[in-house]
Amino acid sequence: MAATVEELLAKAEKDEAEKLKSIRVKKELELEFDLGNLLASDRNAVNLRDFRAQKKEDYLRALARDNTQLLVNELWKMPSERVEGVVVAKLPEPTTRLPREKPVPKPRPPTKWEQFAKLKGIQKKKKTNLVWDEAHKEWRRRWGYKRANDNTKDWLVEVPETADPDEDQFAKRAHAKRERVAKNELNRLRNIARAHKLKVPGAAAAAPSRNELARAEQVAKVSTASVGKFQERLPKEKAPRNRGKKRAFQPNIGDFSTERQQQLELLKVIASKKPRMDVTKAVNKQMREEDMEAASKKRKGAGRKGRKGGSAPRGKAKGKAKAKGQGPPAGKSRQVRKGLGKR
Amino acid sequence: MTQLDGVVKPKTRRSKRFLQSREPKLTENVKNAMIMKGGNTSETVTKALKDIYALKKPNAVLYKKKNITRPFEDQTSLEFFSKKTDCSLFLFGSHNKKRPNNLVFGRMFDFHVLDMIELGIEKFVSLSDIKSPKCAEGTKPLLIFAGEAFDTDSEYKRLRSVFIDFFRGQTVPAVRLAGLEHVLHFTALEGKIYLRSYKVLLKKSGCRTPRIELEEIGPSFDFVLRRTHLASDDLSKTAHKLPKALKPKKKKNISHDTFGTKLGRLHMQKQNLAKLKTRKMKGLRKRRGETIQGEEEDSAKKAKVE
Repeated sequence: MAATVEELLAKAEKDEAEKLKSIRVKKELELEFDLGNLLASDRNAVNLRDFRAQKKEDYLRALARDNTQLLVNELWKMPSERVEGVVVAKLPEPTTRLPREKPVPKPRPPTKWEQFAKLKGIQKKKKTNLVWDEAHKEWRRRWGYKRANDNTKDWLVEVPETADPDEDQFAKRAHAKRERVAKNELNRLRNIARAHKLKVPGAAAAAPSRNELARAEQVAKVSTASVGKFQERLPKEKAPRNRGKKRAFQPNIGDFSTERQQQLELLKVIASKKPRMDVTKAVNKQMREEDMEAASKKRKGAGRKGRKGGSAPRGKAKGKAKAKGQGPPAGKSRQVRKGLGKR
Repeated sequence: MTQLDGVVKPKTRRSKRFLQSREPKLTENVKNAMIMKGGNTSETVTKALKDIYALKKPNAVLYKKKNITRPFEDQTSLEFFSKKTDCSLFLFGSHNKKRPNNLVFGRMFDFHVLDMIELGIEKFVSLSDIKSPKCAEGTKPLLIFAGEAFDTDSEYKRLRSVFIDFFRGQTVPAVRLAGLEHVLHFTALEGKIYLRSYKVLLKKSGCRTPRIELEEIGPSFDFVLRRTHLASDDLSKTAHKLPKALKPKKKKNISHDTFGTKLGRLHMQKQNLAKLKTRKMKGLRKRRGETIQGEEEDSAKKAKVE
């Protein structure tokens, strides 16, 4: 009995092996499968010798057959169901990370009303779809085509006591509706523009500042044929200060007595033997000369010492001198000083 | 379409739907490819472009006119085209003395070039050259990559990613098992990449899983890798970012121990163990006679204690 059982088992195994022989493929390394993408990756090294020995195409075809067999084996392991008479296998999610084609969408920014409602804590109230229309005695939609309580379709409009009797009330209603629609559309577009501005950063153009605006206004005013002389001004605007004439000359024929006085004084100065001296100017000049001499002495001394050590102390001395205000202010003034000295 | 600062607002439902399909989304559409020719093309290149277009139909556009641009130098015209046609993949074919039979496979992120890989065609057998019945267009192909290079070399890894992007087709939740007809097999060997396309024949085997036989259809390419322009690491990272909503949700209260068993915690109210109602075991039930004896004994014991 035992022998026959063993025999039977062996036979069963053999049969199974035979069955699976046709679909079994031997590989050194297991393939990596991504069934969501119907993808298989074979990491095994390709046998170069076989590749060159056989015809290339045959070798590649055999390799492809083996790999496809393995992939199909994996696919057939997936749970399957019958959809409309066709056997369909359910695929898992794809595992390979592939780049997106567009960036992740950003949530829409809240509209002006949504911001206000959030601030005030106003909740959205759910409204019924249909409203009872008393005039037509039936349920009609809240808004849209054939809506309930549509005041544009009234055949009679009472003229209120405060209104002008010649005014067209129907036209007034139509006009008010048109205005409301336009306002709504404007706000909708503004909300969209605000949403899109966030989507496209980089094109942020800041409004011109107060100073820039003032400058622009000034320039615009003067850019006329008569250089802004006849431009109208706002009620409280100040008159522009005189930017034209840089020198004002005395009139040729003016006050004779003052002119006479000036001419006589001039002659006196020319005739006098002593040179006229401005005391303050002279004192300042003297002080400046003394300062410059002291500074140049300091620089020379520091320079000689610094030449051995490097340029750093020289720079430091210069900086120090400049900070104290004793160093020569600039090359220009040195030339000026020379000129003064000559005089 | 009303315009507002360069943004087009649709006036009809149809145009609105069209614009919505082009917006960035959480789960994206199939990537479209634009196939174009360069300043000078050879017959091999034009045939190759046509064949790849046939493989990629209907998610591809084939341009007939020549575009005198060089992808590796100036990418602005490519980006302009991709923005106009909403294509994030492109294939640029050209031929010159220095680079004969050149194909540039590329992909875009946010209408800017992400990766570009240049391949040279060494040998090409076209669809029309192989006389055999082909499979229908639009079938999702099985993709197989063979060779260690695809896992070790970084350029080959990117190339594999580009090929998957190009040829994978739409992501489907389920697939008809009998409809798996097409297989694309890429082999990286000795510095060359062999692309072969076969038709899958499912033969009877002893068990449920069929035996596979392959029949060569379709274009066969022998590529050689030339230049590459790969995206920088941080750009690549941004492109691969998964939106938070799509990340798989972690289930709380589930843990696995070392043996692999799933463990969880059950939180119960406080129970009075004395008044617990357990299963009734008839055999263990106290009989009438026994109970009286038991009680007498108990009371006797109690009396002693007291």
